[in-house]
Amino acid sequence: MTPQHVSAAAPFAPAAPQAPPRRDRKRSPGRGVGTSSSRPDGIPKVKGQFAFSSDLWADGMLWGRTLRSPHPAARIRRVDTEAARRIPGVHAVLTADDVPGEPNYGLEHPDQPVFASNVIRYHGEAVAAVAADHPEIAWRAVQAIEVDYEPTPAVVDPEVAIDAPPLHPDGNVFRHLTIRHGDLEAAGEVTVEGSYAVGMQDQAFLGPESGMAIPGDDGGVDLYISTQWLHVDRDQVAACLGLPPGQVRLTLSGIGGAFGAREDVSLQVHVCLLALRTGRAVKMLYSREESFFGHVHRHPARMWYRHAATKAGELVKVEARLLLDGGAYASSSTAVIANAACFSCGPYRVPNAHIDAWVVRTNNPPCGAMRGFGAVQACFGHESQMDKLAAALQMDPVQLRLRNALRSGDELITGQRITGTAPVRECIEAAVAHPLPPDAGSEGRGPYDPLLLPGGAGRTADHADVRRGVGFAVGFKNLMYSEGFDDFSTAAVRLEEGGDGEPVATVHCAAAEVGQGFVTLAQQIVRSVLGVDRVVLRAADTRVGSAGSTSASRQTWMSGGAVQAAALAVRDALLEQVAEARGVEVQGARRKLLTLRDGEVVHVEGRFRLTLTEALDGRPVEEVREYRHAPTMPLDADGQGDAHVSYAFAAHRAVVDVDPDLGLVRVLQITTGQDVGKALNPLQVTGQIEGGIAQGLGLAVMEEIVVDGGRIRNPSFTDYLIPTALDMPDVQATLIEQPEPGAPFGAKGVGEPPTISSTPAVVSAIRAATGIDLRRVPVRPDDIALGVTGSAFSAK
Amino acid sequence: MTADHNPGYAEAGRSQVDAAAEAEPAGFRLADESESYALRVNGRQESVKAAWLGESLLYVLRERLGLPGSKNACDQGECGSCSVFLDGTLVVSCCVLAADAVDAEVVTVEGLEPGEGLSDVQRHFLDAGAVQCGFCTPGLIVAVHDLLDRVPDANELTVREAISGNLCRCTGYGRILQAVADVQQERAGTGP
Ligand code: FES
Ligand code: FES
Repeated sequence: MTPQHVSAAAPFAPAAPQAPPRRDRKRSPGRGVGTSSSRPDGIPKVKGQFAFSSDLWADGMLWGRTLRSPHPAARIRRVDTEAARRIPGVHAVLTADDVPGEPNYGLEHPDQPVFASNVIRYHGEAVAAVAADHPEIAWRAVQAIEVDYEPTPAVVDPEVAIDAPPLHPDGNVFRHLTIRHGDLEAAGEVTVEGSYAVGMQDQAFLGPESGMAIPGDDGGVDLYISTQWLHVDRDQVAACLGLPPGQVRLTLSGIGGAFGAREDVSLQVHVCLLALRTGRAVKMLYSREESFFGHVHRHPARMWYRHAATKAGELVKVEARLLLDGGAYASSSTAVIANAACFSCGPYRVPNAHIDAWVVRTNNPPCGAMRGFGAVQACFGHESQMDKLAAALQMDPVQLRLRNALRSGDELITGQRITGTAPVRECIEAAVAHPLPPDAGSEGRGPYDPLLLPGGAGRTADHADVRRGVGFAVGFKNLMYSEGFDDFSTAAVRLEEGGDGEPVATVHCAAAEVGQGFVTLAQQIVRSVLGVDRVVLRAADTRVGSAGSTSASRQTWMSGGAVQAAALAVRDALLEQVAEARGVEVQGARRKLLTLRDGEVVHVEGRFRLTLTEALDGRPVEEVREYRHAPTMPLDADGQGDAHVSYAFAAHRAVVDVDPDLGLVRVLQITTGQDVGKALNPLQVTGQIEGGIAQGLGLAVMEEIVVDGGRIRNPSFTDYLIPTALDMPDVQATLIEQPEPGAPFGAKGVGEPPTISSTPAVVSAIRAATGIDLRRVPVRPDDIALGVTGSAFSAK
Repeated sequence: MTADHNPGYAEAGRSQVDAAAEAEPAGFRLADESESYALRVNGRQESVKAAWLGESLLYVLRERLGLPGSKNACDQGECGSCSVFLDGTLVVSCCVLAADAVDAEVVTVEGLEPGEGLSDVQRHFLDAGAVQCGFCTPGLIVAVHDLLDRVPDANELTVREAISGNLCRCTGYGRILQAVADVQQERAGTGP
């Protein structure tokens, strides 16, 4: 049995309407690498026919639902499922006792229970799951499960947690990382010091967690799921189910955004357990409320910094202490803290640095990856410091950054030299080159529209009181996985004659398309390499090797590299096949006499010229390739080592209007210069930049999961605000194209940089408008209206 | 049931929890709270058999009538992903009880341009790069059709205001606004 979308096939099914038969024999220009070719899933998406994981449906399917803890810390004395089981229409009620395999899972360390058995470590931790005929029955069944909790004191302050009695057998410190670089006694002529804090941000993807599990005839299970990394899910699910990985088959289902929140397992194990127990297809779908409890968030951070510089504005030394709250379970905390530490000083030459970074366990909601992970938090710190340093030096903040900007060949605070491109200066210059918006009063459209004032339609701000500010920030981050991780992606490419006699290429790659447009790039790459116009993508699943995670801005490079390598291998195999069939004499590499050009196999001496269909001659060619980036090394005890492969940079300038009385902010404009290596699809790059800036703006002025005593207070879109079309300003982007050596097509990942420095740029603009020393994001109205300058770390 | 035993989100004071506290879980039968009725959707008469009366129009469209195009990003009226027309008026279908829509004409994203073709709004969303994950897209397409039919020459601020009830987490709205402007130009005959 396979699940059906009621009105359409699986995403990217070959029959999807996006690939009408083409008669032109050559590749149509304008759809290969470097063009703004349109998405293969675009037509189903605009017609409402694209199958998202929440749209899955199967005959006789059941609905799963999770029971979650109302306490952030408790002991479970007893769980009684009897009443729930008696409800008509309930088919299974499962608790920790029903997990046949490993009781715990985790992205990097398996420390999170599938179901809590005797200890609750966070508000919303899963305790049980039910399967029922109808979602309402499932909901009432969950309510009927009796759990006897004994609440215990919650450890919610990460500083306290470091030395507190362990909340988990694995201890409370997920990782402590120290970077010692250069002369730690070095001193500058001017010193500035500050403390900064970042609140807990949610990825808030629109498509809630959902999936369907179907028991297989072999005792295994098929899971249709929205995730960022199929294979790492499969391994965790299989271990918990006590099944060999081969009996757990995952297929990617349509994904409504991810941004890091789908890296960790959420409902995957629960839904498979329910399907195996009931012998029926089971669908699970989180409500928006449950989604806030069901995935990891961006780590809140507390940061202390001291910058020392010469009077001329040359950075001499940076000292920092960073403390990230990892919440109850490890997730990707160890990688997040590495990024925070490695990129703590920003994209500047810093000859001497002493960084201490911790990420710890608390009874707060678990935190993990979110777009820009680690670098986002640190960027708010180092860019706030650069503004402060500029003020102390009475220097223009942009000039201070230009003066210290990293260049290719420079050394990072980890002792690693940048061997690739580092167009920091170009990013900065591009961001400030865009014209500023006109003054508030001079727009020549008569009275200022109240919708354009801070506070918008509420007509709360008085135009005459509004103050404008301009702010600036620069950031950077590593691309792909670091610290010695064996990072690879796999792709299969097959070239054959289609039913209509025209050649068709099929790509099979497990890379998760989360909305970013990898599917478009995969088509563009194959078109460019093979000159075939029609490129079909098979559903991503675990039948092909791992593609790694759709995270860390890595799929363009990694899976793009794998698709390119497989397509090149297909080309070589095809030329070999033609050489053999046509008796082209062997002279070393005989296929050197043949080339593939514009969709034709051409003999260089002009002996023949074949269409792809003629060259294939009824024999499909298929090749599978694994792609790896250059190896990296772990960091040593001083945080030194060649731990990263490549870096991407961006600069942002923000312009804001602020109503100082009510503390309301309107962001008018954000301009950016971004290092993209090479834009493989300029329209998609623009979309990534605009979308990433929206999330950075959100963190600056509105987005925070309010956690009080370990409890999430705002798990809804009513109370957790994300930017709307009225909140988003005009965005002007300049793409800096300097091809990255070693990267397929010279392209760098582009997803994360827009989210990194947009936040501090907005805050810098608010400081400029108000003169208030803002040290925490998101900036709240009372921070401005009351001029709050107390501790950056006070939660409320 | 004491607070300690309440398995919901009692501490967060959420509405679902209040409802649950009142619920009498054991022994109920959903059939006792169900009805059969008919809906008119995309010009067709559809019969809904023995459906729980608490089901929203969104749920019935998606799970009973095979029309999953309308999306369910929040199920509480905050995101616009479930937008449909109810007697020509734009509504969030998650906040309409299906059984309340029996005498109304419902048009969903699937009904805008039946068959293979694309509406002008759909086509310009594609061409302008307004679609990433696409979860917000059906709701936005419906909302933009509504806006441009009512206010063909809406200025940018009016457009932003009109779609501000449709959340998109991927695009930052830039390409969406471009798509709307492109439709306006084409309809006005001033396009390229
Ligand atoms: S699902 Fe209806 S408004 Fe969000
Ligand atoms: S495209 Fe993903 S939410 Fe709009």
